Amino acid sequence: MAINATIIRDIEMAQKKATVPQFRGGDTIRVHAKVVEGGKERLQIFEGICIMRRGEGIRDSFMVRKVSNGVGVERTFLIHSPRLDRIEVLRRGMVRRAKLFYLRERVGKAARIKEDRNGRFSRMKTDQPTGK
Amino acid sequence: MSVRGMLGRKVGMTQIFDAEGKMVPVTVLAVEPNVVSQVRTVDKDGYSAAQLAYQDVKVTRLTRPAQGHLAAAGVAPKKHLREFAIQDGKTVEAGQAITATDVFAEGERIQVAGTTKGKGFAGVVKRYGFRGQEASHGSSLNGRLPMSSGATDAARVFKGTRKPGHMGDERMTQQGLKVIRIDNDRDIILIKGAIPGANGGLVMLEKMHRVIREPQQLVQTKSSKKK
Repeated sequence: MAINATIIRDIEMAQKKATVPQFRGGDTIRVHAKVVEGGKERLQIFEGICIMRRGEGIRDSFMVRKVSNGVGVERTFLIHSPRLDRIEVLRRGMVRRAKLFYLRERVGKAARIKEDRNGRFSRMKTDQPTGK
Repeated sequence: MSVRGMLGRKVGMTQIFDAEGKMVPVTVLAVEPNVVSQVRTVDKDGYSAAQLAYQDVKVTRLTRPAQGHLAAAGVAPKKHLREFAIQDGKTVEAGQAITATDVFAEGERIQVAGTTKGKGFAGVVKRYGFRGQEASHGSSLNGRLPMSSGATDAARVFKGTRKPGHMGDERMTQQGLKVIRIDNDRDIILIKGAIPGANGGLVMLEKMHRVIREPQQLVQTKSSKKK
């Protein structure tokens, strides 16, 4: 009889991806999401600023915001979802908080985020193993 | 060769991704093989059922009568005994082991009974969902009181009027839960949704007593198609 925590950990571990790119709020990322359209599956690209990371382990998720045709669009993705093909980190942002909801009230130049060129705000640059 | 239910233990909740990649909240139940400890027959007992024994335990933890009862059936010492109906047209015999796949199939709707978490002596807001009183406008010290118990001309409080009292720690059955996955190697079963009781609690899994209709599959029309 295995211990409860072990059983749950095994189930979650089996669902996890081996590595995921390291990124945090403020980073500009490109998400390749699988979408089913007319019975066929293709990859849809969603590119924007990550404004939130939330949860840990199998529940880890993030929200991406972009302005599309003048309309703000936010999508939440689960990091370990099989519907997510790939995440690319395009630019590291220099921000001082984890949740960037203040960007919602800003448009144009005010909604810019400085690039973190010397890695002060994002120390780890490589893909992070998830412990799998 | 099978029964309509079995005993298990709530392990806890997590989430998994289904074949479509959708996230499904699941409760993990440990269902180590149950052993038939006694068979009730119409001839002998007036009804038909199988008594299942679950969860290994040290023999010294059992009373002498319980030890004798299990020894008579040739069953190793077990902590819990419960009776379940036998599936139509099937037979069981004492000593037979019942695993999850003997009883349930993936995708099947089942019902699960457990003992809810005890809440102690609870007020009417927690127990019955009363609204409580305003926080301001001259009201003080009475935020969660039950207030009026009824009309004055009755001159008494009617039976069944909802009052504070003990809440939880009672048997509850959740019906229509969907079996997401059965893993016979690890003796676990994943059920969509929540199940009454604390982690580690004993649960009774049973086939549905009534027939339920599956919700109709939504047809994706051209106009409602997601871009």
